[in-house]
This record gives sequence, C-alpha cells and structure tokens, in this order.
Amino acid sequence: MKTRPSRGPVEESKAALEEQWTLRLYVAGHTPRSAMALDNLKRICEERMKGHYSIEVVDLLKNPRLAKDDQILAIPTVVRKLPVPVRRIIGDLSNTERVLVGLDLRRKT
Amino acid sequence: MGSKSSTQRTRKSSRTPDLLKVPTGIQGLDELTDGGLPKGRSTLLCGGAGSGKTLLAMEFLVQGAEQFGEPGVFVSFEERTEELAQNFVSLGHDLNSLVAQKKLAFDFILIERSELGESGDYSIEGLFIRLEQAIDDIGASRVVLDSIEQLFGGLGNAGILRAELRRLFLWLKAKGVTAIVTAEQGDGSLTRRGMEEYVADCVILLDHRLTAQMFTRHVRIVKYRGSDHDTNEFPFLIDKSGISILPITSMGLSYTAGKERISSGIPRLDAMLGGRGFYRGSSLLVSGTAGTGKTSLAAHFALASAARGERCLWLSSDESPDQVMRNMRSIGLELAPAVKSEILLFHAVPPTVFGLEMHLLTVHKLVRDFKPRNVIMDSISNFVTIGSEVEIRSMLMRLIHLFKIRQITSLFTSLTTGEAFVETADTRLSSLMDTWLLLREIESGSERNRVLHLLKSRGMAHSNQIREFLLTDHGVELRDVYLGPSGFLLTGSSLMVQHAHEQAQAIEREQEAGAKKRELEHKRRAMEAQIAALQAEFEIEQLKALRVIEQEEARATVRTDDRVQMAKQRQADAAKARKPSRRKAGGSR
Repeated sequence: MKTRPSRGPVEESKAALEEQWTLRLYVAGHTPRSAMALDNLKRICEERMKGHYSIEVVDLLKNPRLAKDDQILAIPTVVRKLPVPVRRIIGDLSNTERVLVGLDLRRKT
Repeated sequence: MGSKSSTQRTRKSSRTPDLLKVPTGIQGLDELTDGGLPKGRSTLLCGGAGSGKTLLAMEFLVQGAEQFGEPGVFVSFEERTEELAQNFVSLGHDLNSLVAQKKLAFDFILIERSELGESGDYSIEGLFIRLEQAIDDIGASRVVLDSIEQLFGGLGNAGILRAELRRLFLWLKAKGVTAIVTAEQGDGSLTRRGMEEYVADCVILLDHRLTAQMFTRHVRIVKYRGSDHDTNEFPFLIDKSGISILPITSMGLSYTAGKERISSGIPRLDAMLGGRGFYRGSSLLVSGTAGTGKTSLAAHFALASAARGERCLWLSSDESPDQVMRNMRSIGLELAPAVKSEILLFHAVPPTVFGLEMHLLTVHKLVRDFKPRNVIMDSISNFVTIGSEVEIRSMLMRLIHLFKIRQITSLFTSLTTGEAFVETADTRLSSLMDTWLLLREIESGSERNRVLHLLKSRGMAHSNQIREFLLTDHGVELRDVYLGPSGFLLTGSSLMVQHAHEQAQAIEREQEAGAKKRELEHKRRAMEAQIAALQAEFEIEQLKALRVIEQEEARATVRTDDRVQMAKQRQADAAKARKPSRRKAGGSR
C-alpha cells in the first residue's frame, strides 16, 4: 500500500469519529515491548479518535487459549475488531505511520 | 538410482550412548535411521512441493499416537485442519477420532497478508504460547511444524524471524519433544530459507523425479548427528495405506537355508530334482523363448502350492489374471478355485505404469500383507523396458533377498530372445537363482518340439538329462527323449516315427521266429510220419515173413504125412485095411 501524503490530523479524525472502534492488544506478560506497544496505541488513539475507541489488553500468558481463537502469532499484535474488516498490526507500534496505514486510519473522507 | 552405488554407511564410532531414538512407525524409515528420529530433538524434513513431506510428518504423529502411545501436535501453516483431516481419511486414518481421544491436536496458523501490518519490533511468542498450550493439553511428545517457512512469506522481517526460529528450536529442545520441521527445497540448497542452519541434528530429504517417464519418490538421510545411518537414496511409496519406504534390513546373506523340499507340481520334474522337488525358500528361474510353456510350469507350481494349502502370490506382468486363467484352463489347469479360496492371489503389474523401485515396493507390501509362501513372477523380462540390466538385477537381488529372509520359494520366468544362445541371456541373472530350468524348442523333422533342461540346481543331485516337455490337456508332461542312431535327439513326431519303426521291426522279428518254429514243427511231424511209415512197412514185412514161415512149416508136415501115406499105400494090398490104418496113422501123430 502506498503511503499517501499526509493530510493533517483534523481531517482524518473526522472520518474515524463516525464509528466506534474496538481494539484488542495481545501481549505476553509485562515486557517492555508490550508496554511500549500499549503506550503507542493509546497515544495514537487519543490523537485520532478520542472518545470513540476502546482498547482491551489480552495477556496470553494468562489466557493462552485466546491465541488460537484470534489467530495470534506475533506479539504484540493489535487487532481491530470493529469496524470490520478485521485488521492486524504486529510490533511495538513504534512506527506511527505504519500503524495508521495498518489500521486504515488514513481513510479518505 | 541409489542401489547402484555400493551401500555406504557412515559409521560413527563415537555414538553417544545417551542418543535415544523415537521410532517413527513408518515402514522402512526406522531401518534407514537405525531406530528412528533423535528423541527430544528436531528433525528437518525437506523436499520439493508434493514430495510427501506433510504425509510423512503426519504419519509420524499418527503412528506415534496409535502405536506408541505418544500424542502429537500438528501445527500447519499451509493446510487447514479440516482439509488435512480429509486428506488423511483417504489414507485410512481417522484423524478426527484421534483428536477426540486427545491423542492428536491440530493448530492451523494462518497469516493473512492482506489484513496484516507491521510496525516495529515483535516476537513470535504467540506461536510459542499456542504450541505450549497444545502440547500441555494432550501431553504431547511429538510435534510437527509444517511448513514453518511459510512464516517468511507471511511476516516481512526476515531478520526477526531468523532469530525467533533459532529461539523456537531451542525452546522445543528444552520442552523435550521430538519434532519434525518441514521445509521447501531450494535451488542447490536443502531448503529455501537455510533452515538446516537451525535444525542440525537430523536432516531427511524427500525427492521425486521422473526417470524414463516414470515418477519415483526417493528418501535420503542427509545427516544424522551422532548416529549410524544409511546414506543411500531409497524409494518410497505413498498409497492408500500410507507411506512405506523400502526396507533394506541387513542386505547380507544371513538367511537360513532350509532342508525342506517342495514339489514343483510335476512329478517327473520332481524326479529330476533329486526326486523331491525344490528346496523351500529357494529361487527358481525358468527361462525360455516365446511359447515354450514357462507360464504353464508356473501354473503347476501355483497349483502344487495351493494343494499344500500354502498361499501363493502370482505377479503377472504381461498377461491379465483372467487371461492367464483362461490359457491355463486350455491345458487342463484350473486356477480359478484357488483364486476364489484366496489361496492364490493374482497381481497384475503392468511394468510401464511405475518405475522399478515402485514395483519392488509394491511387491514388498503385497508380501507383507498377503504373507505368501510361494511367489511367482511372470515374467521379469518385461521390466527391461523400464530399467537397465543392472537395475533389474539389483531389483531382483533385493526381491530374492526379501523372499529368502521370509523363506518364500520364488519362481521367476524370463523370456529369452534369439535362438542360438538362449542360455547366455540369463546367465547374469542365474547367479541369483538356485535352480535354473531352461525350456527350449528343438527343430527337427520340420517341426518344433519343446524340451526341458535342468541347467543347475544348487544343493541337490539332479538329472542332467533333457526331457521332452509336452503340453497336454491335463497339464505339462515330461517324457524321455530318444537319442537317435546318429546321436541327435528325437522328439515329437520323429520320435513317434522312430517308435513305429521299432515296433515294425519287433513284429517282423516276432513273425520270423514264429515261422522258424512252425517249420521246425513241420519237420518234426514229417520225421514222425516217416518213422510211422517205416514202422508200418516193417510190420507188413514182418507179417509177410511170419506167414511164409508158417506156410513152410505147414508144408513140411504135409510132406511127411504124404510120405507115410504113400508108404502105406504101396504095401496095402488090401483096400479094406487102408482106412483104419490111415486112422491109426493119424492118431499116432
């Protein structure tokens, strides 16, 4: 997917705001990488769709069965349950641009 | 072909005693690896697409679950669980029931590239968690990852993946499970992604290729750290009962040679074989030109086997079972009842359908399943179309070896071509055979007749005589041949001519003797008649003589009387005194 030129945060968040977002972050224990991923995710969500999102953190060490159910392979993984279609991003989410692309937060208005 | 090269074995004397092995339960593979895969380690199974990696790996788990009580986890990166189960139902395994019994667990790891994005560092801890979950759920000791290289396609960061895979294999080792990891074969390397770097304990390569338009699968143990293993390439077969690799168990000559003898089915032939037939477990070669009766000889052998209540496997490569039965019926040999009672099993093996190795494997499987005591292979010549002489020889060697280990008596027929040197064609094969019968046609008196030679028969005193081989309406009959006056064999009608000739001579001689006898009788009678005549003559003479004598005497008496009378008459003047005196004279006599 080509990276489109940035249009500015205000324009994009409008689109995002139209729906309620359900995100799930899969981690395995409290590792620095998991913490970093959660921080990054929260930051992006706050910036883009404040009040219109929910983040559920799933620790697979506590609920290992969920890994199979949600087809989790890499850790950490963010799954956008809503809006459909399902999207996933793996990694510590340190590359914001890729997160926006991956979660399709850069949809046209 | 692997068998061409001499059997090389890498023997490592430093075989560590703690190297435990896990039997795969796959026919032949355990022999090849000298006991199985390294316990608690990972084995890399590589090969091209469709080479049977998934099947072999699955078989390892299924056998483990069914035979050795070792549950297994199958992690698939390629096929969905349902698809896998379906594929294996056709191979006779009900994976779903094994899953229900908690002997088998599946996990399908799907990486949907289209819905996946990457941002920053990650690990594949999710895979570890899932694996651990599955392993702990059923207490698995066997694991298959098929094929883990798919991760490279799904996840973009090869650097991270390499590090993670290294970690995965260490983790598997620590977990103590015996694992098979499959990988796609690369160009000029074992695997496309260099998996052999991570899994270095045991590497097995599967290969499939076309030779002479025939598709053959091979397996080779590329590496087995710390263990004895066979480095040759071996053919393997995938069929409805799963995978089987040609076992090469102790290709030595260590089988026992029994003393038991079995009939060839032809009494006269048994007589030629030291009076008692073939040795059980020996290999027999019947060679001959076209139409000399090789199959008929085989049919006799099969019927003799059936008569003893022994199973017989008939591998037919040039005729269909029906055709064989029909043809044998024409000489009065009824094979159908034996087939019906499942004591005789026909297996048609059109040689061009598979390669030589596949045939070998098929025979192996048949022998294993049917457990015959006698095997007929009619004929081996057709295999020439799919292999060189060296290859056929090697195949036969292995076949005979298999039969000998199992004490199976085997009869091979071979079609020889060319008239002049029929014997040379099979000479190379003959060294493998214990008994060699040659059927030949002899042309004489404008006809061809079949004869049988017993060229060799190891370990018995056997006849060196040629016999005439007749196909009658009640099977094969052997007959003595007549050595004509000029030293040539007489067979067929010339033999009959000879017989007629002899008979005529005998009659003539007989007649001659009769005539002589009659003549003698005649003479004797003539002589007797003569004697009788002489005797009669003598008697007549005698009679005559006696009468003469009598008359003479009588005459003499008469003369005396006359004289007395005359004297009386002279003195008798008185006539009256004549009469009483005459009376007196008569009375005085």
